[in-house]
Amino acid sequence: MESTLTAAAPQRAPRPRRSARSARPGRPGIARWLVPLAPALFLLLTFFAGPILWTVWASFTNAALTGAAAADTEFVGLANIERLLTDPQFLDATVVTVVFLVGSGVVGQTVLGLALALLMQNRGAAVRTAVSAIVVGAWVVPEVVAGFVWVAFLEREGSLNALLDQVGLAPQNWLYTAPILAVVLANVWKGTAFSMMTYSAGLSEVPTDLKEAARVDGASGWRVLWHVVLPLLRRTIATTLLLVTLQTVQVFTLIFVMTGGGPGGRSTTLPLLMYQEALNFGDLGYGTTIALALLVVAGLFSLVYVRLLRPEEVR
Amino acid sequence: MTRVPVGRRKRRAARAAAAAAALILAAAGCGGGAQDDPNTVTIAYQDFGTFQAADDLFTKVKEEFEGQNPDVTVELRPIEAPAEDYQTQVNLMNQSAAEAPDIIYEDSFTINQDVDAGYLAPLDEYWEAWEDAGQYNEQADAAVTALDGKRYAAMLGTDTRGLWYNTELFDQAGVDTPWEPRTWDEVLETARTIRSELGEEVTPLNVYSGTPAGEQSSMQGFQMLLSGTDGALFDEEARKWVTGSAGFEDALAFVETVYSEDLALAPRDALNANVATLNNEERIPAGEIAISLDGSWVTQSWIESANKPWPEWQDVMEFAPMPTQNGQDPGATSMSGGWTLALGSQSANPDLAWEVMSHALNEENATKFAIEGGQIPVREDVASSPEFLEASPMAEQAAALVDVTHFRPAYSEYPRISLAVQEAMEAVMLGEATPAEAAETYAQEVEGIAGADNVTSGG
Repeated sequence: MESTLTAAAPQRAPRPRRSARSARPGRPGIARWLVPLAPALFLLLTFFAGPILWTVWASFTNAALTGAAAADTEFVGLANIERLLTDPQFLDATVVTVVFLVGSGVVGQTVLGLALALLMQNRGAAVRTAVSAIVVGAWVVPEVVAGFVWVAFLEREGSLNALLDQVGLAPQNWLYTAPILAVVLANVWKGTAFSMMTYSAGLSEVPTDLKEAARVDGASGWRVLWHVVLPLLRRTIATTLLLVTLQTVQVFTLIFVMTGGGPGGRSTTLPLLMYQEALNFGDLGYGTTIALALLVVAGLFSLVYVRLLRPEEVR
Repeated sequence: MTRVPVGRRKRRAARAAAAAAALILAAAGCGGGAQDDPNTVTIAYQDFGTFQAADDLFTKVKEEFEGQNPDVTVELRPIEAPAEDYQTQVNLMNQSAAEAPDIIYEDSFTINQDVDAGYLAPLDEYWEAWEDAGQYNEQADAAVTALDGKRYAAMLGTDTRGLWYNTELFDQAGVDTPWEPRTWDEVLETARTIRSELGEEVTPLNVYSGTPAGEQSSMQGFQMLLSGTDGALFDEEARKWVTGSAGFEDALAFVETVYSEDLALAPRDALNANVATLNNEERIPAGEIAISLDGSWVTQSWIESANKPWPEWQDVMEFAPMPTQNGQDPGATSMSGGWTLALGSQSANPDLAWEVMSHALNEENATKFAIEGGQIPVREDVASSPEFLEASPMAEQAAALVDVTHFRPAYSEYPRISLAVQEAMEAVMLGEATPAEAAETYAQEVEGIAGADNVTSGG
């Protein structure tokens, strides 16, 4: 075995630097990293790519948990996609998902995260630690717990109504009167830490001399922020928005715990609809189609960020 | 000692790692060898909320059967989930040959779907040879026979639904007992009297409604109303789903009345997935609910082995039949379901599984399950046994309703249609739609679910 490898070596001779550096006889480059990577690659393909491919395949079938379709699953072509496009529940869920995404991800987490990061700049270590601890604390809490915390806060006998009662306002049943607002607030509370941290990191890389130069030229704090800091942060904003979007569209537990998608489907986002179709109704084919649609929604948003915040425009 | 070149040593390590990974995967792939063991019988059942009876029964069966047959293992797979999720989990287990249970505790209305999916094995041969088979009544036989004419399960017990009422609250409100309402209006009148006499502290009439309570809303709530009108969900003769019936709208109007007149629980309490547990374990024993439209099994929340025993219930609670809308024949109505034991088609040793199953179904165990599970027995010997009759004071009244009872349409579209019903109820109870509007939305949804050809309107 060793001899065949040695025999192969002369063919690779035209790249002298390489064989000179390597003590061992050369082997084809691919094999060199493929062999040690093989176990990892194998696991990745089996447990990661496998399910993804299965999902794509299942969305073109009538796969089901029970009933005749479970016994012999058939390829149904584009039937699931046709059904998706005419399903009023899907259209409603898409709208709810976009509202949730824009409200809690794009506007809520980004604006609040950036504001917090800006406010924490140049503050004392004690303030920074305190704010970070509170914000990151919310982020570390498991989603289920966060959901219950918000239910306890917003329900009719919850703490918010107790506060409102103190100032003489009538108690509201927030989870029923404003379910979307409730889940958006909860998700902003839960997720802001991530964008705050990335923006803090981004801000620390903005050169201070640029800001000082602008100030010397007579620019106000807002103008410095708008014309100097934000353009330099563009790349960070794009990445953060992208990651936040991907995280937000797949939020399930928080909404499931708080409202269960109700009342009457008013807070049913695509992941909840997918759960309902695939697991409550056992319709795996249609459920996986919704999963793909979710991918499309996230993809569209990502495309928008990449175009709007194209880093090349920044010099 | 020969020196192994570095390169080769590395390659060996890589190969060993790959082999190890492959082995682990192979092991994970065939999974739980126990299921394939012909001397192991797995039983999957629901163990959730106030429902302890199945867990008690199968624990007893395991001990007894393993005692009598030392080489056999009875493996219990309790699933802690509400009914809908329980079904999902069992279906997932059934999708893998290694995980599929030998004996499945199964709601009778899912039998047809699971037979179509190939998850169940017919029981006819075993059944014909079983000496106890003659004890089972015809109704119980029909419920476990699939559309192909074969028997796929054995019923553990059935149930009926009606109006549970609190005689102490009735006395306080000055309503005569025993209470025998003959029409919906009489039910509502009593509820209004209780509201005006007893004030905010007492909820006059609990009717399950909305999506969080799931099938409870659909079956104990809506279908208990609909079956008392001239409407129906499904026309068995035409084999079509029915929309746009007057009865459907009237049933929704009843829901609207109880919620808009503040006769029922506040929506925030009613729209809680655990509403039934809270009602039966807390609100009813605390005297906070005067009338509750619920199942014959609710007594299992109050018996000695319950989470919070309430022995006084026998002096306080009474059970009245739910009247039809205007008192039309037969005067009362009810809905029935029932849980069964089914034989998994992937069982490695169906003969042994049947032995365990028939042990669980024997007279002693059936009596125990009927008492603890608040069931109406389907075995004649259990139904007439003094042990059962003494332990279940409501048994006779509940069993009498079997004559006027209805079953859910057990077809694969049913779960979706049931959800559409729950959504219609929820829209009405929250005041988002009038009964007519909700019925219209329902009609459109049913057409989408079952296809326009399978829907008939009017009636």
